[in-house]
Amino acid sequence: MSDGELKVSKIKNGTVIDHITAGMAPAVLKILGIEQGCHDTVIVAMNVRSQRLGLKDMVKVENRVLEAETVKKIAIVAPHATVNIIKDFAVVQKIPVELPQELIGIVRCSNRNCITNIERVTSYVVVESREPLRLRCHYCETLIEGPYASVLLL
Amino acid sequence: MVQGPKLDWRGKDIISIRDLSREHIEDVLYHAQQIRPDPNLLQGRVMASLFFEPSTRTQLSFATAMQRLGGRVIGFSGTESTSIAKGESLQDTVRTVEKYADIIVMRHPLEGSARLVADTVSIPVINAGDGANQHPTQTLMDLFTIKKFHNRLDDLKIGLVGDLKYGRTVHSLALAFTRFRKIQLRLISPPNLRMPPSVLQELTGIVSYSETDQLDLSDLDVVYVTRIQKERFPDIEEYEKVKGAYVITPKVCETLKPTAILLHPLPRVDEITPEVDTLPQAKYFEQVQNGVPVRMALLKLLLLGA
Repeated sequence: MSDGELKVSKIKNGTVIDHITAGMAPAVLKILGIEQGCHDTVIVAMNVRSQRLGLKDMVKVENRVLEAETVKKIAIVAPHATVNIIKDFAVVQKIPVELPQELIGIVRCSNRNCITNIERVTSYVVVESREPLRLRCHYCETLIEGPYASVLLL
Repeated sequence: MVQGPKLDWRGKDIISIRDLSREHIEDVLYHAQQIRPDPNLLQGRVMASLFFEPSTRTQLSFATAMQRLGGRVIGFSGTESTSIAKGESLQDTVRTVEKYADIIVMRHPLEGSARLVADTVSIPVINAGDGANQHPTQTLMDLFTIKKFHNRLDDLKIGLVGDLKYGRTVHSLALAFTRFRKIQLRLISPPNLRMPPSVLQELTGIVSYSETDQLDLSDLDVVYVTRIQKERFPDIEEYEKVKGAYVITPKVCETLKPTAILLHPLPRVDEITPEVDTLPQAKYFEQVQNGVPVRMALLKLLLLGA
């Protein structure tokens, strides 16, 4: 743990999502689908001091390897996050969290009158700007700004 | 107007003003100025006119444009007599239509419908209005009218008046002017009907604009008026307060420059009084007439190329 004095248990196998934008850990848990009935160990740290971000959140999930689509979703709520895959207490893979240019089937359009919210059409959103986050619906051209995107995740 | 570089139009769709570069816009306007009725030009071609909601001017002017070039028109207005009434999806409807027609012109109440259709079919698609989003051929005829009277689309002072919040024509027109130079936009509206921040964001740094609730038109080259709709106001008293402030009367027109032009996307209700119609600056009926050559040019370009 390079940032500050934080001491949390290591996990044997699973995923560590570090450098989550402070306050966004609950959104990451939602993306991971962690709710009642999940029996694996989940460690959440919020508002931890970070040299890079000032404050950050962190989530550790045992026995879970993230899919590419999940990483794209995390990029929307926590663009600076790092995802480390852990095996036998060691980092075996680092998955870069990078927002792609286009998000297909990841974020719903915020416009209730958009064709994608009425007919059976897969949502298709173009990333116009990463910071600040600005997305635009490919179909109806509605602008989706900043943190609002996190509530539109599919 | 002078022809610019030759552009390849075949197979292109006209969905949003955002898709059109300055060169594309100028090419359409050039061809709109040159085109004349020709019963042989599009002979044997079929335009599918799919109007999922009613329209007077747009539907008729597209049909007129196609017929003046010798093409035929099939289609519907309203969905009562179609398979859509039985629950058919938009994508299935247009997949069928593309087997019968060479080009689709569509108006639909849902935003994004035109792009979806363009992505679904292989024939060209022209958006004749998708909900509150885009109506690019209206913008092209607005620009054609402005160019016709001022002989330029750069270095203009333009006033957009009325409902700037919900009016798609003013959003598209403002965005179109980001393609041109030395444009000054004056956005004149009641405070609750200001231009949305998302549109202003796209203008910032490209087009100089100012927002005001004062109907000061004295130095403008173009005054583009839209209707303030009563249903946009949660409080009727608020509506009553502002409705008279943006009505164009002969007295208001006394402040206009002699060379200014007064435009309106129509239908007009009471935001321009009928007495204004005969003033030299009133150009809104010529504007609507320009819909035909602009649409003739688009049909020719998309079906035959430049």
